[in-house]
Amino acid sequence: MNGEMILVGLAGVLTAAAPLLFGVVGETFSERAGVINLSMNGTILLSAMGGFAVALATQSVILGFLAGAAIGALVALVVAFASITLHQSQVAVGFVLTLLCRDLSYFLGNPIMGETGPRLGTIPIPFLRGIPFIGTLLFRQDVMTYLSFLLILAAWIFIFRTRPGLKLRGIGERPAAAYVRGANVNRLRYLYTVLGGGLAGLAGPIYSLSVKAGWKGTISGLDGIGWIVLAITIFGGWSPFRVALGAYLFSLLQWLGLVLQPALPGIPSQVLQVAPFPLMILTLLLVNIGNAEWVERSLARLPGPIRRAVARALRAVNVTPPAALGIPFEKE
Amino acid sequence: MPEARVSHALIQVGAVLLALLLTTLVLLASKAPPLAAYLNIVLGAVGSWEVIANVLVSWVPLLLATAGLLLTFTVGLWNIGIEGQITLGAIFTTWALRALQTSGMNPALIIALSFLAGIMGGALWAMLAGTLKTFGGVNEIFGGLGLNFVATALNLWLIFGPWKRPGVASMSGTVPFDHSLWLPTLTAQSRLSPSALLIAILSIVVVYSLIQGTYFGLRLKAVGKNPHAAFLLGVPTWQYMMASFALCGVFAGLAGAVQVTSVYHRLIPSISSGYGYLGLMVAMLVNFRASLAAPVALFFAALNVGSIQLPIVLKLDSSLAGVLQGTLVLFVLLAQGARQRVMKKAPRR
Amino acid sequence: MQVDLQSIHKTFGPVHANAGISMTIPPATIQGILGENGAGKSTLMKILSGFILPDSGTITLDGRPVVIHSPADAISLGIGMLHQDPLDFPPMKLLDNFILGRKGGLFPDRRTATRQFLELAARFEFGLSPEAYVDTLTVGERQQLEILRLLWSGARVLILDEPTTGISQPQKEKLFATLKKLAAQGMTIIFVSHKLEDVEFLCNRVAVLRQGSLTGVAEPPYMTKKLVQMMFGKEIALSARPSTAPGTTVLSLSGVSLEGARLQIKDVTLQARSGEIIGLAGMEGSGQSIFLSACAGLHRPVSGRIALASREATGRSHHYFKKQGVAYLPAARLEQGLVPGLSLSDHFVLSEGIRGLFIDRRRATELAEQRISSYNIKGAPSNTVESLSGGNQQRMLLALLRDPLSLILLEHPTRGLDIESTIYVWGKLRERCAQGAAILFISGDLDEVLQYSDRVVVFFAGRVSPPLPAESLSVESLGELIGGKGWENLGSEAAGA
Repeated sequence: MNGEMILVGLAGVLTAAAPLLFGVVGETFSERAGVINLSMNGTILLSAMGGFAVALATQSVILGFLAGAAIGALVALVVAFASITLHQSQVAVGFVLTLLCRDLSYFLGNPIMGETGPRLGTIPIPFLRGIPFIGTLLFRQDVMTYLSFLLILAAWIFIFRTRPGLKLRGIGERPAAAYVRGANVNRLRYLYTVLGGGLAGLAGPIYSLSVKAGWKGTISGLDGIGWIVLAITIFGGWSPFRVALGAYLFSLLQWLGLVLQPALPGIPSQVLQVAPFPLMILTLLLVNIGNAEWVERSLARLPGPIRRAVARALRAVNVTPPAALGIPFEKE
Repeated sequence: MPEARVSHALIQVGAVLLALLLTTLVLLASKAPPLAAYLNIVLGAVGSWEVIANVLVSWVPLLLATAGLLLTFTVGLWNIGIEGQITLGAIFTTWALRALQTSGMNPALIIALSFLAGIMGGALWAMLAGTLKTFGGVNEIFGGLGLNFVATALNLWLIFGPWKRPGVASMSGTVPFDHSLWLPTLTAQSRLSPSALLIAILSIVVVYSLIQGTYFGLRLKAVGKNPHAAFLLGVPTWQYMMASFALCGVFAGLAGAVQVTSVYHRLIPSISSGYGYLGLMVAMLVNFRASLAAPVALFFAALNVGSIQLPIVLKLDSSLAGVLQGTLVLFVLLAQGARQRVMKKAPRR
Repeated sequence: MQVDLQSIHKTFGPVHANAGISMTIPPATIQGILGENGAGKSTLMKILSGFILPDSGTITLDGRPVVIHSPADAISLGIGMLHQDPLDFPPMKLLDNFILGRKGGLFPDRRTATRQFLELAARFEFGLSPEAYVDTLTVGERQQLEILRLLWSGARVLILDEPTTGISQPQKEKLFATLKKLAAQGMTIIFVSHKLEDVEFLCNRVAVLRQGSLTGVAEPPYMTKKLVQMMFGKEIALSARPSTAPGTTVLSLSGVSLEGARLQIKDVTLQARSGEIIGLAGMEGSGQSIFLSACAGLHRPVSGRIALASREATGRSHHYFKKQGVAYLPAARLEQGLVPGLSLSDHFVLSEGIRGLFIDRRRATELAEQRISSYNIKGAPSNTVESLSGGNQQRMLLALLRDPLSLILLEHPTRGLDIESTIYVWGKLRERCAQGAAILFISGDLDEVLQYSDRVVVFFAGRVSPPLPAESLSVESLGELIGGKGWENLGSEAAGA
C-alpha cells in the first residue's frame, strides 16, 4: 500500500464520517437542550430510504436530502411531543421509534431495493485540490463532506460563541435558571430536538446517495450506525469538536478493519467489520468511570502525587452530561 | 373506580385503531392493497396447522425473552442487552453440544447439559451488563448495546473462525448437529418442540409467581417504584438489581438454547433473531404486567409468522409486522401520556 | 421604586399560605421580613418575583398596578430576586452566567460585557473574575455574581431570600455594606431572613409574618422579645410532662463532624439515653437534617465516632443501624418513606423482613389488619399507600416500625397533620419511650418541641447547642436561639463548639 493509496483511503474516511457528523451534531443539539433522541438508528435508516426514494422519483439529489431532513425532523417531533408535552419516558419512545422506523424503511423501501439512483458527485475545489497531501485529503470531496467540515465549525461557534447557543447550554444545565432569565424552556426544547432530528435526517441520504449508494434493505450495513451516533455524542462530551473526533475515530476504525484484513488472516472479515462498534461503545466505560463512587473512594486512598495524576487524567476524559438531560421541566 | 377502567379500555382500543389506521396508510403509500395484506397475514398465521406450529415455534423464544425482561423492568431497568444475552446463551449451548457430541453420553443428558450451559452464558452476559452499571457507572442501555455488539462479533468470529464449516466458512452457520441432538419435535416436518413450549410456558408462570407471589418479587417491585424508600425499609437495592439481571439472563440463555437445539440445530449469525428487542416491545405493550405477556407475545409471534406470506403472495416486505407492532406500542404509549395529562388537569375531588 | 401589596391571597389546597397580606415598601429602604418556616414568606416572595400568581390582591409599583406573569416579566418591571441557592449555571463561566438571557444581537459583545462587569464589581468591591467557573465559587461569591447580574438587568427592587445562609462572616459584612450602599442609591431591598441579629442590624423596618398573615411591623430600635413573640406567638400553658428516668445510653456521638452541601457541623458530642426524647430545633437548612441522617447511618461523618449502645457504628451502612434497632422516618412521607403503588399489606410484609419464598397472603393480611387497627389507620390492607391522607401516611410510617427499637429518628413527624393526628402520633411515640426507645425528632413547631422534648438541641447555621433541658426554655428563648441570638450565654456541655 503506497502513500497515494493511503491518502485516498483517508480521504474516504473523511467522506464516510460525514453522515456520522451530521448525526452527532444533531444529537448534540438535542441533548444539550435536554432531550435524548434514542430513535437515531431508525431515523437514519428511514431517512436514507426516504431520501433515496425521493431522489429516485425526482432525479434530484437536493430533493432527496430535503426529504431526509424532513423525515428526521418529523420523527424527532414525535419524540419531543411524547417527552416534553406528554411526559413519557424519552427512552421508551425513542426505543419504539427506532424499531418502528427501521421496519418502515425496510417495508416502504422494498420496491426500490437495488435500484440505481442519482448520486452525489465529487466537487474538487479548483485551486486547493492541487496541494500535496492535503489536497487529496480534503479538497476532492462531495458537497456534503465539505458541509460536514463547516458544520462542526458552525456548531461550535453557535454553541459556544453566540447568544442563543449560550441559552441552549443554559436550558440543558439548569432549566430553572434559564427560565428565570426569560427562556421559554419547553418551546426551545422542541426547537432543538426537531433541529437535531433534521440534521440527523441528512445523515441517511448521505449514505444512500453517496457513500453506500442505493437502498439495499437489510444488508445496507446501516443498522447500528444510529447507536454509534448516540455513543459518540456521549463520548464526545456534547461538544462539537470532540464528537467530531469520535466520528472520525470510528470511521478510521472501520477503514482499518478493511485495510488490515489481509494482514490478519486469523480474524474473519465479518468480525473486523463489526469490531469498531463494541469498541466505540465501550469507550463509554472510560469516560464514565470517574463518576463511580468506588473509584472516588479508591482514589482517596492513593498517595498524593499518584492520586493527583490519576485524578487529572480522569478529569480530562470525564464527561458530565447536561444536568437536566432526560428530566422534564415544570415551572413549579 | 369503574369509570377509570372504562376510560382506560377506551384509550387502549383507540390506540389499536390508530395503529391500524397508520399501518393502512403505510400500505396505501406502498400501493399495496391493505385488506389483502391483512388477510394474508391472518392466513399466514392460522391458515394451516403447519403455520400455526410455526407461530408457536416463534412464540417460545419471544415469551422467554419477555419473561426475563419483566423482571428487569420490575426493578426499573432497561435491559437492552437482552439480544446479546440470548446470543451468549446460544453460543454456550453450541459449545456444550460440540464438546459432548462425541462423548458417547446419553443424548438427552447432553441436551440437558447444553441447556444448563446456555443458562450460564445468558446469566453471565447479563451480570456483566449489571456490573458495568453498578460499578462502572455505565448506563445499562449503552452497556447493554455495547455488549450486544460484542456478542455479535464473538458469534461471527466463532462461525467464521474456530467453529467454521470445513472448507468454506458460510453465512449459514456452523455444522448442523446430528439428529440425535435435536430436541424432539411434534412431527417430523415441523420445528415445534413440545419441551421447548413447555419451558416457555413454565417460564412465564415462574416469572408471574415470582413477581406477584414471593417476597423476592415484592422487594423487586419496591426497588423499582421507590429505591430510596425500599432502602430505608431494609432492601439491599444494588443486590436486587444484579439479581434481576442474572435471572433475566437465565431466561435469555434458555431462549438461545432453544434456538440452537430445536429451531436451527446449529449456530447462525442472527441466532437471536431480534427476539430480545421484540420482547422489550411486548413488555412495554403489556405495561410490564406478566398476566398479559403470553397472549400479547403470541399475537406478536403470529404477526411475524403471518407476514412471511407477504413477500411470496404480494411482493411486500415482511417488515410490515414490525410496522404494526411498532405503531401499536407507540400509540399505546402516547395514549397513556395523554390520559395522564387529562387526569392531572381534571379537578381533584 | 415603591412597592405596594394589597390583600394578597394565595392558597395551595387546604393551606392558606398568604391570607390577605398588605404592606407598603418605600424606595431607599431595606425591608426585613421575618417569620418561621411555613409563615408564608417564600410564597409572598414567589408572587412578587413572578414565579406564581396570587389568587387575589394587587401589586403596585410606583403607583402603577402590575400583573407579573413570570420571572422574566418581573425583571423587566425591575424586580429581581436572589434565591437562597442562586439560580446560576455551575459548569459555565461567570461572564456567561452574566450575559445569558440578556437581549441583544447574535454575537454577545463580550468585551463590553466584561468591562461593565468589572466596573460594577469594582463599585461594590467584589473580587470576581469573569473568566472563572461558577462551580469554583463559594456561595457568597455566587450571590455577588447574581446581585451584579440583577443590577445590570435594571433591577430597582432586590429581594434576597435567606442570603446569609452558608456565607462567611467577611462575605456577610461585604453583602451588608453593598445592600446599604444600594439602598442609599434609591434601591428597594427586601430582606427575608430568620436570623434576628442580621435583620436587626440591617433593616430600616421589619414586617413579621405568621401562618399566612402579617402579625406586626417594627422599626428600630428593635426589641428582640417583641419580634420573637410576633414570629412564634404567645406562650401556651404546657401540659405536665411525665418524668422519665432515663436509662442506658443508646446513641453516643463523640467529636462528630459532618459536611453538607452548604454547611459544616463541627465536633458534636451528644448522648441519647433510652426513654428520653430530644428535640432538634432550628430553621430548615441549619443542619438538623444532616445530623439526623448521620444518626441513622445515612450520612457518613468526616470525623468522630458514632456508637450504638456502646457498639461501634461509625461508617457502617444504614442497614447495620437498622439491625441495631434504629429507625428513620423521613419528612417526605410518600417520596422517601413509602412506596407508591404498593399496598399497605405489601409494606408490612417488606418491613418485617420475613424469610421464605412465597408470600403468606393470609398472614400478611392478618398482620396488616392488626397494625391498621392498632394504629387507627383509615385504609384497607389492599389500598395503595398513596391513597392515604397525610395523617394516615404518618401513622403508616409509625406502624412500620419494628419491635423493639432502641432509637427512633423522626424528621418533622407531625408536619401537615391535624391536632388529632398529632396527639395520636405523640401518644404512640411516648409508648415507645416507655418501652425503652430513645427519640430524636426535628420539628419547626416550637410548641411541639417544648411540649414533648426532655432536652432540646438547637441548630443555627451549622452550630449545635449543648442539649438544653426543656423546662429551662420558653418559646421566646427558644425562638431567640433559633434566630441566632443568645448563644453566648449557653453552657459548653458538649454538643457542637
